[in-house]
Order: sequence, then C-alpha cells, then structure tokens
Amino acid sequence: MRIRAAGSGALLACLDDAEQVTGLYRELEADPPKGFVDAIPAAETVMVVFDPARTEAAALGQWLQGAVARAGKHEAVADQGPVVTIPVTYDGPDLNDVAMRAGLSIDEVVRRHAAGEYVVAFCGFAPGFGYLTGLDPALRLPRRTVPRTRIPAGSVAIADRYTSVYPTASPGGWHLLGRTTTAMWDIDRQPPALLTPGTRVRFEAI
Amino acid sequence: MTGIEVLSPGPLTTVQDLGRPGLAPIGVGPSGAADRASLRLANRLVGNHEDTAALELTYGGLRIRFDAAATIALTGAPCPGVAMNGPVHIGAGQELVVGIPSEGLRTYLAVRGGFDVPEVLGSRSTDVLSGIGPAVLETGMRLPIGTRTNGFPNVDLAPPLGLGPAILRVLPGPRDDWFVSDALATLVGSAYVVTKDSNRVGVRLDGPELKREVHEELPSEGMVSGALQVPPGGRPILFLADHPVTGGYPVIAVVADKDLDRAGQLRGGDTVRFCL
Repeated sequence: MRIRAAGSGALLACLDDAEQVTGLYRELEADPPKGFVDAIPAAETVMVVFDPARTEAAALGQWLQGAVARAGKHEAVADQGPVVTIPVTYDGPDLNDVAMRAGLSIDEVVRRHAAGEYVVAFCGFAPGFGYLTGLDPALRLPRRTVPRTRIPAGSVAIADRYTSVYPTASPGGWHLLGRTTTAMWDIDRQPPALLTPGTRVRFEAI
Repeated sequence: MTGIEVLSPGPLTTVQDLGRPGLAPIGVGPSGAADRASLRLANRLVGNHEDTAALELTYGGLRIRFDAAATIALTGAPCPGVAMNGPVHIGAGQELVVGIPSEGLRTYLAVRGGFDVPEVLGSRSTDVLSGIGPAVLETGMRLPIGTRTNGFPNVDLAPPLGLGPAILRVLPGPRDDWFVSDALATLVGSAYVVTKDSNRVGVRLDGPELKREVHEELPSEGMVSGALQVPPGGRPILFLADHPVTGGYPVIAVVADKDLDRAGQLRGGDTVRFCL
C-alpha cells in the first residue's frame, strides 16, 4: 500500500486490488479511527476523509497500515457480507452486440452473467450505483463509444470488469443486458442503497 | 406554521446546512454550504446552531415575503438593499428584496429558528448533482420557519468575513506525479480565470494547460472538496460541495480546507491564483 496526501483533510490509500479495498473498507466501518469522517472505496483506492482538528495525517496513516495488515489475515472477502439476489429479465438492447463481441451465443452471455458470484467493490457515478466485481472475463468489454443519453432505472449492465444496475434513470455508456424491478435506491429506506460495499450479489434469470 | 413565500428566487437559491458527510460509501456526496464560514456566521448572528439550514443565494436577486415577524441575518457576498452581517428584524407581512452582489457569488440568509424543510439523509442541503435534498427555490414556494434555536442573538454587527484576494493555498497530490515535472509550477505561477459554467459542483478554470506525464486511464478514485481535477485538455476543475464522489481524472493538488470558503465565492470572470 502507498499512502498519498489529498489536501489537509484526506489520505488516499492506494492498494493492490479490489479485495484489499473491500478489506480496508470493512476495517474502517467496523472500528473507525479517531477523527474519521468519511471513506470512499473505489477501484484500487480508498479515500479516507478525516477531521484535522481531531487527528493527524501521520497517525491516521499508521492506522491504515495496520488495518490493511489485519484485513489481509481475515478470510476471503467473498465469503463474508450479506447476500442479495436480484431477479433479472434478460432482454437488454445490447445482448446481441455483447454476444457478437464476446464470441458467444446470447444464451451463453445470459448464463455466464447469471452464474457470477459478485461483490460490491464500491459505489460511485450516482447514489446507489454499485460497481460489482466478479464478472466472467469473457464478458469484459470497454464502454460503448457513444454513451446513451438516457438509461432507464433498473437496467442491468456491464462494462470493463464490472456489472451494475442503474439505480435511477441517467445517461450512461455501459452495455445493457436486462432489467430488474428491484429498487437499487429508495430514499426512504435505511440505507437507501441496496448495494453497499461488501454486499454479495447474485442475479437470477426470470 | 410561520414561514416565507418566495416571490422571486433569483438566479439560483437553495437551502443549505453543513451537508451530509459520511455517506460517500453509498455514492452520496457531502453537499452543504459552499462557503461554510458565512453560513455559520449567519446562524450565530440570529442565535441558531451553526449547522441550521439557511438560504444560499447565487448572484442574489431573491425576493421573499415573511408571514410573521422574524429575525434574519445576511452574510457572504455583499448585496445592495439589505443590511449585511448583523441581525435584522422583519415585520409580519414584510417583503425582503435582496439585490445583486458587486463582488463574491454566494450570500447566506439565516432566519432565527431555521428553515424547517424535511431532512433528507440527515441534512437539509440541496445537492444539485445528485438531486438529493429540498427542491431549488421557485416562485410561489413556501418554506416553513422552525423553532429550534441556540440562545439569543448577542451581537448587533459582526465584522464582515471579507473576500480578500483570490489566492488559494494548495497541497500537492494525490496525483501530482501523473503530470510533467513543471506542471505544479505552472499551476502556482499562473493566473486562472473562472469560467461561466461553474456551479456548486465545481469551479471551472481557464488558463495555462497542466500537461500530463502519465497518459494511461486512471481507475475511478475518491474525490474531495477542494480537489483540482484535471480532465483531458489540462484546465483544472476545482471541486466544491456537490462534487461527484468518485472521478476518473487525476487530481494535481487540493485547496487547503481553510481556503475552501473563499473558493466558494469565486464567480465567473474572477481571476484566481494558487500558492503552495
């Protein structure tokens, strides 16, 4: 791990992989260090926001080193965390295109996507938009060259090494495989996001 | 319940408190007043807790009517037509007309008791990026005034916080090594001009290009308020309260927290400088 300063009130922990990101995030959540304000897990980093009046960057940096070491000793991240099953109607407009580019049949694309065991690595882009790791490598495709201006809420999509479900209608460049009626974001729910970092996810074809 | 009626919202008026930090893991940004010191001062002047919800006016221009007597205070960008930086008593039925500030961008209007709109995820702040929080003020809208206070106003007039020159201290990183070796020198040695498409998400800047050394794609990473993110093209964007939680362009430096309130007062056409 390498720690980089991000202004007077944040440290960016640069990690080796998504597993370490989830591990460190779990440590921060379970037993937050003094002066902790917010954590932003992402692809290969965790941004840790702190209150400089209550802690020092050096002390927090030491805590982060210890936490990463502790997390490395725990069981695999994929074996922990709650499991959410999301029913999906696989009728997305990009199924054909994805199948062609992956060199697979449409049925095989659906089978492989629904067979995956996913973990929410982080949220970003929009409230409740979870980046799920665990995608079948055969389905890894770069984003669409021309993003769509509007993708309906509940769209199940893939891009790069992630799969996700659009929580609200928004523009986007991911490939659309299907849709679900399960709400990813409900402001009146606690927490409003269904997919929080560390949550394990299965998709079920209906 | 007593309250105000919006007769004209001006270019952009929102409700803001100190935001909703701590929700980044579910993709929700901090939001809150872009100039926190001015919000806190306005609240203190009317005997509120510092984190009470107030109005954040962008380029002034607000016209409201109070249906009951109230005590208010205005801080931040100085607007003609109203007394700034001290408690003002408003009579029942009175209209308040706030002019357009000659300098600065954001004016805060606190009312004793606070604006009692519903909390969303623990805050009454409007996040213009995600759409979370109360609606942006519109003509005809009514906002209730609450009753929660923190003692009585005890000063008649506070020294204005003052805008001062737009020179912002920065700390290099976290991705300064993604830029050519003299990029940081370019950043601190040049004048940048605030462009018109700036908002609560970020201050867009025009000036010398900050050239990248590393051209690979940066995997999305967490962003903080004050971050100077550099998209392709090399002109930095200074993130404010409604910044996206994650971003895919490298951050060359971050504005020091104590200068962030000044950044929140930058308006289109202003010149800003950075120093180490």
